[in-house]
Amino acid sequence: MSINSASKFSTPVIGNRNSEDFDHVYEPAEDSFLLLDALENEHFYLQELMPSICLEVGCGSGICITFLSQILEKSALFFCTDVNPLAAEMAFHTGCKNGQNIHPIVCDLANGVESRLEGNVDVLIFNPPYVVTPSEEVATKGISASWAGGIRGREVVDRFLPKINKLLSPKGVFYLVGIEENDPADIEKYMSRQGFQMTMVGKRRAGREHLFVLKFTRIKKSGRCQ
Amino acid sequence: MKLLTHNMLTSNIIKGVTKGFPLKIVPVQVEIKDVDYNPAFVVRTLSKVDWPALHQAAVETGFGDGLPETLGENFQQDEELLKKIHNALLQVEVIQGELVCPESGRKFPITNGIPNMLLQEHEVGQ
Repeated sequence: MSINSASKFSTPVIGNRNSEDFDHVYEPAEDSFLLLDALENEHFYLQELMPSICLEVGCGSGICITFLSQILEKSALFFCTDVNPLAAEMAFHTGCKNGQNIHPIVCDLANGVESRLEGNVDVLIFNPPYVVTPSEEVATKGISASWAGGIRGREVVDRFLPKINKLLSPKGVFYLVGIEENDPADIEKYMSRQGFQMTMVGKRRAGREHLFVLKFTRIKKSGRCQ
Repeated sequence: MKLLTHNMLTSNIIKGVTKGFPLKIVPVQVEIKDVDYNPAFVVRTLSKVDWPALHQAAVETGFGDGLPETLGENFQQDEELLKKIHNALLQVEVIQGELVCPESGRKFPITNGIPNMLLQEHEVGQ
């Protein structure tokens, strides 16, 4: 996001204590800012949705879930997860610094909350490790876990996609960040079999990366509602 | 960790566990953090909350006084009760302690206010 004054919502201040914190937690970069821009463009839609529960998986610094809470003026519950305890902590502080109540949990994907939140998540966000890497680099202990996505950059995403249908409420929406190499057409095909339609709500070129933000909502069953 | 967060956590991801809720809280350090009181928000949030689990969590952390075991129909009108619920749900913060799976006894640490539900690979179920 351009840190600009024209923006209706301000970019959250990050809750790190020093710059070394970013040796261990993903520092917001072009992909994060594209996601923020996409959410800002969606703010009327998101406000009208009147979500009760929002969840970000793999929150990193917490910039995105904090921004979402700003957009929705704290009217919902904002949970976030990360496998990295340092990220979860930073997300909490990012929330605090910006006057938002963010509730972080350390777990893999949505593991710790998925049975209770089943069918209840109105806004779900995932900016996954999407970079194409050898499989061995996925889910290691270090900072590379925040970006290493394995084959096609899809190894983490593909573990999560089967859970979307269960997690989302009937009116729920899911935002996913990715790059061209992740094969968005293939993701669309998979999600449409799960009953979701896909639209692209953000697109940007950053260096070699062709970034995008995908939005998924349930395909409305037509007619016969009476 | 707020008791609200606790209310959403289960250990059902452990292989073989089916009743991983509610997790027992073993608090070591608990603080009260001021959060603006908004009765409408409390009422709305309660629709997503499992009351017996919240009640149990409030008792375990020492803030169960005045909270009924079952929530009556007219609780929305009871300002005093709503304030107590607000406190239990949003202001009580477990800084250090443990969560215990009610079925397997598996413990999960709460460190610097954040619950850690990570499992070893061999513990993970389907």
